[in-house]
Amino acid sequence: MDNKISIKAAHKTFGEGERGIVALQGVNLDIARNEFVTFVGASGCGKSTLLRCIGGLETLSSGSIEVDGVPISGPGVDRAMVFQHYSLYPWLTVMDNIKFTRKLQAGREDLTSADVEAASGRADALLDLMGLTHVCDAYPNQLSGGMQQRVAIARALLPRPQILLMDEPFGALDAQTREVMHDLILHVSKLEKTTIVFVTHDVEEAIYLGQRVVVMAPRPGRIDSIYPVELPAKRDQDMKLSPEFMQQKKAILHRIRETAGMRTDYELLERMTRQAEQQKDKQ
Amino acid sequence: MSAAKPTSSLERLCAAWCRLWMIRGHLSRRTYLMFALVGLLFPLAVWWGVSVSGWMDKVFMPGPADVLSRTYVWFKEDDLMHDVWISTYRVIAGFSLSAVLAIPLGLMIGTYRPVQAMLEPLTDFIRYMPAVAFIPLVMLWVGIDESSKIAIIFIGTFFQMVLMVAEDVRRVPITQIEAAQTMGANRREIVSLVIVPSAKPALLDTLRVTMGWAWTYLVVAELVAANSGLGYSILRAQRFMQTDKIFAGIILIGLIGLAIDQLFRWLHRKNFPWMYKK
Repeated sequence: MDNKISIKAAHKTFGEGERGIVALQGVNLDIARNEFVTFVGASGCGKSTLLRCIGGLETLSSGSIEVDGVPISGPGVDRAMVFQHYSLYPWLTVMDNIKFTRKLQAGREDLTSADVEAASGRADALLDLMGLTHVCDAYPNQLSGGMQQRVAIARALLPRPQILLMDEPFGALDAQTREVMHDLILHVSKLEKTTIVFVTHDVEEAIYLGQRVVVMAPRPGRIDSIYPVELPAKRDQDMKLSPEFMQQKKAILHRIRETAGMRTDYELLERMTRQAEQQKDKQ
Repeated sequence: MSAAKPTSSLERLCAAWCRLWMIRGHLSRRTYLMFALVGLLFPLAVWWGVSVSGWMDKVFMPGPADVLSRTYVWFKEDDLMHDVWISTYRVIAGFSLSAVLAIPLGLMIGTYRPVQAMLEPLTDFIRYMPAVAFIPLVMLWVGIDESSKIAIIFIGTFFQMVLMVAEDVRRVPITQIEAAQTMGANRREIVSLVIVPSAKPALLDTLRVTMGWAWTYLVVAELVAANSGLGYSILRAQRFMQTDKIFAGIILIGLIGLAIDQLFRWLHRKNFPWMYKK
């Protein structure tokens, strides 16, 4: 098996005793090298918690997460993370944000001039890849939300991480920008050969990007079902309108609704409308 | 402004007037300066009007001219510059001492939970003790020389400053810190490369606000045990019924405070250009 990430009997509880909340219960999952896996689920299903555990920002209560067969014990440069927002450093220019990991290394060891040159070359290549060259001297708050996320992705990619963890990275962007970012991140995943774990609340995004869509269920947070995506590897936006895509979207949406135990009570709404109309008639 | 349509130009004026009062509306720089000028000149005019009307005794309400001439006499004969200098020195010394201690301490409180648990309740408690009430103790322990005035300013500003610095540090977005962790930064690097630069603009604002309080405590300190300085001069002027000198002293402190405040704002713009670029 060519597994990059193995999650084994992962269990996570927040708080103690009776008031403790089980965020993850018995999660088992293998993620292959270079795979693009997306996680969806109702709020409180633990998808973000699971991602943060892989990133090493949270520790499991029991169970383990292995990367290349080695259990993780905290954050590491092999696993880069992209957050929804507020993760860029507003006092640094775009270029300095992207080179932040180099700055960390430079403070620790003596880098040869060849290293520095390679780092600059890498940063320039990423600026180019993400379409940021013309704003490399700008500050983050001068950029649109979409451009800011491009910077965040470029910064995460700089040290050539093998795994990219993305926590609703496009959740705050408008629909058009999001489409552009989708194709960009697919391009990046092929080019950089990174394993990508992507958390979102948008089912369409999950299907379009993922090779597998993992549906999680809340209370307690757990994996409910896994949907392999049967779309051609080379995606394009029109696929979102194909019957297969729609079918899968419908199936996943239904499944999420069931796990959440929440649905629109159409009868109640109708009754309320009727009552309101009767009231009006009386007047 | 054609005479044919007088109503429309009047309407336009009305509309412009209404636009000024839009909630959180926008003012052009010229209009802003105009309103600011009105706000500054109006009280001055009222003051001048009251003083020339003879409605109030000059002993109680000296006019702007009296205050100006008194300031001149003070400058010429009573060594005004020495008073300004010694007071500014005391404020800067007390303020700097508390900043030098409060910033690292606040940084620790805002960063490490055990330090917070250990120091914050204590600081919160001391903060509510009136600094003025410490004066007798300070005089007993420190004496009545320069250091006692500096000590009172220190007591008045330090405890507030620690808590404000801690709050500034806590306001650093957790995502900025977590991003650094996932990029492999260790604790020292997170503090020096993320928390400190991220909190800096807020810290400078905290210093600006506490500087104002330092001037308040200066007057308190000089009212008690001093023989020079602006606060002391105000107190002595009261004894001799020199109301104009009291006015002059208060206005001078206000002006120095305003100048320092503007200096802080200038430093802010100078050091954090990224906050002002849009």
